[in-house]
Amino acid sequence: MDLFLQTLVSGLLKGGLYAVIGIGMTLIMGVMGIINLAHGQMMMVSMYITYSLFAYAGVDPYVSLLVSVPAIFTLGLFIQQRLLNPLLRAETILPENQVLMTVGVGMVLTEIMRFIFTSDYKSVRTSYSSSTFFVGNISFSVPLTIDFLIAILMTAALFLFLIKTDLGRSVRATAQDKEAAVLMGVDSERITYITFGIGSALVAAAGTLLIPVFYLYPDIGGPFTRKAFVICILGGLGSAVGAIFGGVTLGLAEAFGATYAGMEFEDIIGLVIFLLVLLFLPGGFKRITKV
Amino acid sequence: MTVNRGIVAQIAVLAALAVIPLVVHNDYYLHLLILALMWVVIGSAWNLLAGYTGQVSFGDAAFFGTGAYTAGLLVIHWGWSAWWGLFFGGIMAVVIAFPFGWICFRLRGAYFALATLALNEVLRHVATIWESFTQGMVGIMIMQSYISKLPYYYIALALAALSIIIIRLVMRSRLGYYFLSIREDQDAAESLGVNTHFYKMLSLVIAAWLTGVAGALYMNYMGFIDPHVVFSLHDISIMAILVGIVGGVGTTYGPAVGAFIMVLVQEMFRTAGFGYIKAAAKFTDVQFLISASEQLTKGHALGFGILVVLVIRYMPNGVVGDWGKLMIALRLQKTGRAK
Repeated sequence: MDLFLQTLVSGLLKGGLYAVIGIGMTLIMGVMGIINLAHGQMMMVSMYITYSLFAYAGVDPYVSLLVSVPAIFTLGLFIQQRLLNPLLRAETILPENQVLMTVGVGMVLTEIMRFIFTSDYKSVRTSYSSSTFFVGNISFSVPLTIDFLIAILMTAALFLFLIKTDLGRSVRATAQDKEAAVLMGVDSERITYITFGIGSALVAAAGTLLIPVFYLYPDIGGPFTRKAFVICILGGLGSAVGAIFGGVTLGLAEAFGATYAGMEFEDIIGLVIFLLVLLFLPGGFKRITKV
Repeated sequence: MTVNRGIVAQIAVLAALAVIPLVVHNDYYLHLLILALMWVVIGSAWNLLAGYTGQVSFGDAAFFGTGAYTAGLLVIHWGWSAWWGLFFGGIMAVVIAFPFGWICFRLRGAYFALATLALNEVLRHVATIWESFTQGMVGIMIMQSYISKLPYYYIALALAALSIIIIRLVMRSRLGYYFLSIREDQDAAESLGVNTHFYKMLSLVIAAWLTGVAGALYMNYMGFIDPHVVFSLHDISIMAILVGIVGGVGTTYGPAVGAFIMVLVQEMFRTAGFGYIKAAAKFTDVQFLISASEQLTKGHALGFGILVVLVIRYMPNGVVGDWGKLMIALRLQKTGRAK
């Protein structure tokens, strides 16, 4: 029973961060209609920023959120404005060109980081990295618990932004019906930059939060990109509420898979869920939650 | 008479390629040509599915790896020659592709692309974890049949020619029109009575077969495979897409041109201009050249990535597709200079 509860807790804590990563991708998906395959790579860049700040200036990872998030937000704006939007105007056979462009961007980001930091594993070990506290027999990792709380705060702030502010409403309007939004006076191009920026900022925050408990190397982006789209598919593309469910489900599935089936199956489980959802619940949790 | 000229040009190119190894005795250049020819096969297969039928695949490595593993496993488990892989590898790739397509062709566009990516990942993990059968990360090593590169070169050339002929035949037949109609508008095709599911399956099966055969050739030629080489997302699946895009999506010869460009460019970055910059640096002893060649080798993947971004940004239809645009740009530049 303890083992079960312990697995449940660690799955939930991980799931909270996965939800943040997934929401970032699903926002971009909703507004742009494309899958950003450089999502995990953006996170990797943010992790390197945090690492450099910690290693060379001794800045605490939680403080460096203030640097990494705006930096990746700007990077996202740039990528959307300079690289992705021009493709919309080009005459091509395949509509997937934008997706391919994000693959290219991901490669470039990975290789820039490899060029600067080499392929060596880096880690940020703070005083609280491996500290835990106990509730009953269940251990909670301190950094992961803090991360979970911050993730909830960020998600709440994002929903407030999307529901209450003018800009947030424009984002939702563009996602629902781009042409109608343009007719209502929404500058849809501007919305695309901002959305890409926000999506990137969210994943950047997740990266910075994860770094006290993760190793860091240039290729870490790929697996997280894959996790992000598994979450999006689970939740239903474009659904922020669905992404929360998707993130938590993936976190739980990975935790239970690793405990009961073996560590080496951790990566397969996500993919199997992905295929199953595509087959039996196309549209993901969005079909159930309707949001 | 354009048709005749076209045929003459094709025969001339084929003849030139057939003569090259008799003139060039350098093993290294032959190696690059063999790789390029192999990529012609994979790129053409990807192009049939994505460029002509409109079903973009992000997981060609699944079929490539299946073909390669079939050839390798035939040797280590049953002691057959790995050359049987050319026959069975293609078939096994189809065996994988068939149920996958049957299920996943209900998905469209980006969803289908992601499903192929998932297939690729699943197969790589299976090949890694199922150690008793595939030897896991240890990989499979076999003895190559020939020391000389000539036999491999001609086999690769034959396969490349075969793949282009197949694609030409398919695209000229009734099938080709069905494929194009699916790419242009699936719902319209369906409403006119085209069995889109069946034709998408057919396109996938042909593509998977060609890719699987290329994988078996790779096993025979390189003599060593492991899951991270043949099921690699970046080195195989993405490379296949790039070969298609750089050459020209939806053109017969685009992937062939793209294959040669990509293999040469990749190698140029990797070896810093085929080692010529290094040689020049040694010869002239200019500090700048020495550091340039070192940095270029170190950042070869970076250069490759930047190239990808630039190609998609400025030549979305590839060299063959944007040939007219390219020529106009060149001509403008020339006249501009004349003024």
